[in-house]
Amino acid sequence: MPTMNIIQAVNDALRLEMRRDPRVVILGEDVAKFGGVFRATSGLVDEFGPDRVMDTPLAEAGIIGAAIGMALYGLRPVPEIQFADFIFPAFDQIVNELAKFRYRSGGQYPAPVVIRTPYGGGIRGGHYHSQSPEALFIHTPGLKVVVPSDPYEAKGLLLSCIRQNDPVLFLEPKRIYRASKGEVPEGDYTIPLGKARVVREGTQVTVIAWGSMLHTALEGVDKAAELGISCEVIDLRTLMPFDVETMVESVKKTGRAVIVQEAPRTCGFAAELSATISERAMAWLEAPVERLCGFDTPFPYTLEHEYMPNGDRVLSTIQKTLDW
Amino acid sequence: MEREPTVRGKASGKGQAHAAAPELRSAAADYLAGDDEAKARGLLQILRPDGTLVDEASLPDGVDRTEALRLYRGMLTIRIMDERLLALQRQGRIGFYGEARGQEAAVVGSSAATLPDDWIVPALREAGVGIFRGMPLRQYIAQIFGNANDPSRGRQMPCHPCDRERNYVVMSSCVSSQLPHAVGIAMAMKIAGDTGRCAVGYMGDGGTSEPDFHVALNFAGVYRSPVVLFCQNNQWAISTPGSSQTAAETIALKGIGYGVESLRCDGNDIFAVLAATRYACAKARRGDGPTFIEALTYRVSAHSSSDDPSRYRDESVTKTWREERDPLTRLRTFLAARGWLTAAEDAALADMIEREVREAIAAEESAGPPALATLVEDVFETVPRHLGEQMEELRGHQAG
Repeated sequence: MPTMNIIQAVNDALRLEMRRDPRVVILGEDVAKFGGVFRATSGLVDEFGPDRVMDTPLAEAGIIGAAIGMALYGLRPVPEIQFADFIFPAFDQIVNELAKFRYRSGGQYPAPVVIRTPYGGGIRGGHYHSQSPEALFIHTPGLKVVVPSDPYEAKGLLLSCIRQNDPVLFLEPKRIYRASKGEVPEGDYTIPLGKARVVREGTQVTVIAWGSMLHTALEGVDKAAELGISCEVIDLRTLMPFDVETMVESVKKTGRAVIVQEAPRTCGFAAELSATISERAMAWLEAPVERLCGFDTPFPYTLEHEYMPNGDRVLSTIQKTLDW
Repeated sequence: MEREPTVRGKASGKGQAHAAAPELRSAAADYLAGDDEAKARGLLQILRPDGTLVDEASLPDGVDRTEALRLYRGMLTIRIMDERLLALQRQGRIGFYGEARGQEAAVVGSSAATLPDDWIVPALREAGVGIFRGMPLRQYIAQIFGNANDPSRGRQMPCHPCDRERNYVVMSSCVSSQLPHAVGIAMAMKIAGDTGRCAVGYMGDGGTSEPDFHVALNFAGVYRSPVVLFCQNNQWAISTPGSSQTAAETIALKGIGYGVESLRCDGNDIFAVLAATRYACAKARRGDGPTFIEALTYRVSAHSSSDDPSRYRDESVTKTWREERDPLTRLRTFLAARGWLTAAEDAALADMIEREVREAIAAEESAGPPALATLVEDVFETVPRHLGEQMEELRGHQAG
């Protein structure tokens, strides 16, 4: 089995699906000849030609708007937004158009568009190359939101996204684009959407994360293990619709929960998870559900590592729930 | 601004002519053979406000008595239907209505240029485009009531029909956001190798200020998409006149900057609209790229049932458009002069349409609402667990 990083796994998934399904097309800024600024679409134009891998004018609303039209007509567009921070010029197209097409047409016009976009900080990118905007889209009825945490996950989840019939925001954790490496099957496999993954089993605290924060969470859990604390770690994978059962069952077992999220705290997705756990596992909880999040500030440049959760803060949050 | 000359091609000589000048067989052909700037500044007119033709040769091909009456019937259907539905709104029987009064020529003329395989991406005043393509009146009215017969299942306010069978895409109320979709549909036609068809995307004059209008024109130009972008310039965006909307001399000129051939026609002249849209659709279908069309008309009624134009505009101007430039009157005069429609036939036709509209309203008004379960359906392809739970909670409350 070959070893790949996330970029290579995404590229492999796209190539595989474009070979399998002639309806799949890619469009975005610099995605064809240049292969994308992170190289995720590298080489695809050579194999599939400029009709299926399209460099677009620099206009995110146009990329998503055109992708919607293509999907209405019957194609399977996989547009790339160069950075999640640049998605906002297309916010109206995503929120008011893409997400609502199936509903407002009574199912006559589904719009299966899979938007790929790199998100998250830790790359010295400042305000506009670092944000984690998932909550805005999870809050939009009609969109699925999926975040892979490693290469195996990236390929299997992306293939599932392209093969189902609803619009998806596929957020790629760019900090670990190349740092996360692992074995990835060469051929076809899929990972079901809406199903979380128990990454590590444990007994005292459930730690929930997604994307690059899964690795931060594991750092903290490793430190806790050295202190004899047993944590169960859940990679949520699909944020909408999310796997309530896996998460709640785990908390019923451990009695404690820590959610690690890179995005700002207030109204972040961790708040929804916290509420869900409290509603469904109140009688099992031995401490309040803890959230470890980014700050309610714009994403900073120089102090970005102070802004982002890290292993030490994960550990102290775990200890806080145990000491409560 | 339907001014006296028939064809206002101001040959500046700055633009590029699209074809070597053919023999000038008519005013319409003369206009269409003009250079880019002349077309975007000019005005194609075939049927004058007094109901006479500019010249016989400009009459679009195939417009015989049968076809002319079909166009007239399409326009009259919109007029009667709008009057009836606006009355229903005033009576509190429907929640909202947006008329196309005075714009029926732009609606029917452009629709008549489309073929069944073409796709329509409408804005607010193009329900008549769908109806002229065969959308049943009852289906349209079911959407107005948002009842169980509405194919869109009561999901949007009135005047947002959707008809997959006739490639008529549902609109949102967000102005011009549909235009990139029209271009994307056209791009997909090209990618899929489906030649001989095109997409037609509509907007109003206000819509040409929106970013998505510019994005759409730009993409259409770059990809040479088989798309027609059709602007019904009715000169008012709610209370904002065209002069406050843009400093451009004409709206059509905006297309030229994007490398998109742009036409300007008299939107109250059914034949000019038909000729311009036919030209654009045929060009798109044969792979020669996009066209932007400005159809100059006037919103003689309110923006919608929620609006009162007397608060912000001089209604004596409106009166002129209503009484002297009405597109239906203009076509009716033409038909009468040719002996193609007598007053008695006209009255009988109006009676028949009125009856059809009233019957459709009666049938749809009595239909019940969509089933409760539809509240959470079509958000996704299948109802996910959380929506199922939310529906159960509602049912629990209702059960008391």
